[in-house]
Amino acid sequence: MIVPAGHYLVLAAALFTVGVVGVLVRRNLIVMFMCIELMLNSVNLTLVTFSRVNGNLDGQVLSFFVMVVAAAEVTVGLALIVNLFRLKASADADDVDALRS
Amino acid sequence: MLAEYLPVAVLFVIAFLFVALSLLVSSKLGPSRPNPVKNAAYESGIIPDPETAVGGSRFPVRFYLVAMLFIIFDVEAVFLYPWATVLRDLSWYGLAVMGVFVALLFESYYYVLRKGGLEWD
Amino acid sequence: MTLLAQIPPLQIPDIAWSAISPELVLFGVGILALLLDTAGPQRLQASFLVFGFAAAGAGYIALSTEQSVLPGLVGLAALGQFALTAIWRDRPRLLSALLAALGFAGAIGVTTWQWGAYSGRLVGADAATFVGTDSLLGGMVAVDGVALFTRVTVCLAGLVTVPLSFAYAEERRIHRGEYYPLLLFAATGMTLLASSADFIMVFIAIEVLSLSLYILAGFAKRDLNSQEAALKYFLLGAFSSALLLYGIALVYGVTGSTNIAEAGRAFSSLDAPQGMAVAAMALLIVGFGFKTAIVPFHMWTPDVYQGAPTPITGFMAAATKAAAFAAFLRVFVGAFAPLQWSWTPVLWVLAALTMLAGAILAVVQNDVKRMLGYSAVAHAGYVLIGFVAVNRAGVSGVLVYLLIYTFMSLGSFGVLALLERRNHKAMAIDDLRGLGRRDPVPAGMLALFLLSLAGIPGTAGFVAKFAVFRAGIEAGHAALVVIAVVSSVIAAFFYIRVIVAMFMEDVPEGVAAEAPLAPSTGMSAGIAFSAAVMVAFGTVLPFLLVDLADQAATFVS
Repeated sequence: MIVPAGHYLVLAAALFTVGVVGVLVRRNLIVMFMCIELMLNSVNLTLVTFSRVNGNLDGQVLSFFVMVVAAAEVTVGLALIVNLFRLKASADADDVDALRS
Repeated sequence: MLAEYLPVAVLFVIAFLFVALSLLVSSKLGPSRPNPVKNAAYESGIIPDPETAVGGSRFPVRFYLVAMLFIIFDVEAVFLYPWATVLRDLSWYGLAVMGVFVALLFESYYYVLRKGGLEWD
Repeated sequence: MTLLAQIPPLQIPDIAWSAISPELVLFGVGILALLLDTAGPQRLQASFLVFGFAAAGAGYIALSTEQSVLPGLVGLAALGQFALTAIWRDRPRLLSALLAALGFAGAIGVTTWQWGAYSGRLVGADAATFVGTDSLLGGMVAVDGVALFTRVTVCLAGLVTVPLSFAYAEERRIHRGEYYPLLLFAATGMTLLASSADFIMVFIAIEVLSLSLYILAGFAKRDLNSQEAALKYFLLGAFSSALLLYGIALVYGVTGSTNIAEAGRAFSSLDAPQGMAVAAMALLIVGFGFKTAIVPFHMWTPDVYQGAPTPITGFMAAATKAAAFAAFLRVFVGAFAPLQWSWTPVLWVLAALTMLAGAILAVVQNDVKRMLGYSAVAHAGYVLIGFVAVNRAGVSGVLVYLLIYTFMSLGSFGVLALLERRNHKAMAIDDLRGLGRRDPVPAGMLALFLLSLAGIPGTAGFVAKFAVFRAGIEAGHAALVVIAVVSSVIAAFFYIRVIVAMFMEDVPEGVAAEAPLAPSTGMSAGIAFSAAVMVAFGTVLPFLLVDLADQAATFVS
């Protein structure tokens, strides 16, 4: 059985939405962070699907770069969260509120 | 189309049978003399701490550091695969350009090493 | 198996490395500075190793291509870094700072060379396009007027940031070896972003600059404010990058290409705008809106600008905006030109909202850095006027505005950094009371930058505002220009409030016993340079700048 491309796109869109909603409603920094990764990976799925549909490799090339960028983002993000945790012993986004007008 | 995947399926079956058979044979034939050390959960040689398992204490932050470094170097390897598939067409020019890329990777490795990123204590 | 069969035989693209020579200079110097810092006691040996490799490479190029200019320059640079390392081997920070300043200066030099080389083609067969660069790096990079102008803006911002940072970072004990390399990497991303002709490049460049800036914003590791700024910047930045990326994926899906110009051609051949194209456009507006701090995507701006180390704030406000607006323009004028009817009204509304909200929110701020953060939001709105005009005058206005804003922003944040060094704390407006009596020179400088930010006639800020307003009127957006004038009047109120506090009010009692201000040479030089440029563009040479920007205001199509 061949799954039509539209199904992959809908799945990717659904995953992306889950990621967006997660970033907006969750307050745990690590979870927010994981939701951003979910968004990036759903875009990867979209890119690979379109690459297959369009019959060229541009999308797959971009998805390689997305993977690498996602890894770099994980590194920087975790470093920031770990450092904040050392300073405050909290990984809750609502506790990070020193800067207010 | 699907026939191309037959060897994979065969491999799966063989692998499953091998594992099942080994476990069965060793449990039937091998001697069984349990002691507390043997029964303890295996965590890479570190004595398991029950508090860690239930979330009472924390993992040392060094785990994160090493994990992050591993991820970043591991993922860079993704660029080597597409390059390797077309290496013949790219010839010496491709080799030289990838040499520059790998040299930059080594520079960051040198940086990590000198900053003590890989020292455990 | 089946997929591989469809792929045509591989062609090695003709890579014109000279097209990205400013990026190569910045990145190379960044790597070099990082290596020399890491090498520690073996600094001289590492430097000699670099010299050896560079000399060998230069020799190889000289022999194989029979050129002498490029290998000569590479050899000279290699020799230069070895000499610098030999002199300052025991002062690694000074060495890094010098290398970084030289790198920015070198990138400006290379860009000027590119300008000369390419503008020579203006008189050639096809005078309409500034440069025909379709094939550069497989269509990844466009070297056109906008790209070259923005590269200069970004490198100038970097060049001023380095001396401003030196004493400040020393004082706050955040002067680690990664500081200048990260600054150079961020600038690499920015210049690359300004010249990306392909969505793949847009994404990579945005990430290169963002990842460097996340770390720079949180560079004060023990300061909670700095950490908070970095974390907020990181979360919202990564979020907006993901949205932008989804927009890029949808564009690719609709048009079958990631090249901006090709996507534009595909869009114009579609009969009716498809839902997916509009969705892609919306996502891209949100993504770029975050990067350029447009209301309602500006929430991170005041927090990040307040918490980040002050010179970095100035650099972020100026250079990031310049680069992101260049890419924003290129994407929308290049790829979405056929859908212009749909995005102009949206950006019109966003511009109006940005100008008004930025100015009004700035009025109620007490922290000076935060106030300047909101003012940066308002300024993004003024830049958008030139964008919405979508004509040559508009693009030229955007370029002029961003260049002048660079110096206003770096100058004002530079003076704040100077004051923070003495007071060891963030500056509220009350802390500035009576500053004009005690330290007339820095207070006068700050007043100059603030007047320019307010856009008082006779200052460079006025020239910038005039350029975008002119474009707005020409394009028939008179109502938007009226809103901009109203916003400027509101904004003038809080700029002048600071000036009044400095010059008209007395020093509050109890804080009179402050140490005298001790500006370092670097800081004085950076601030004085910004002020000089400000005055020059405001009074003597505004026409020169506007002419230059008019010349540059073209895209490769």
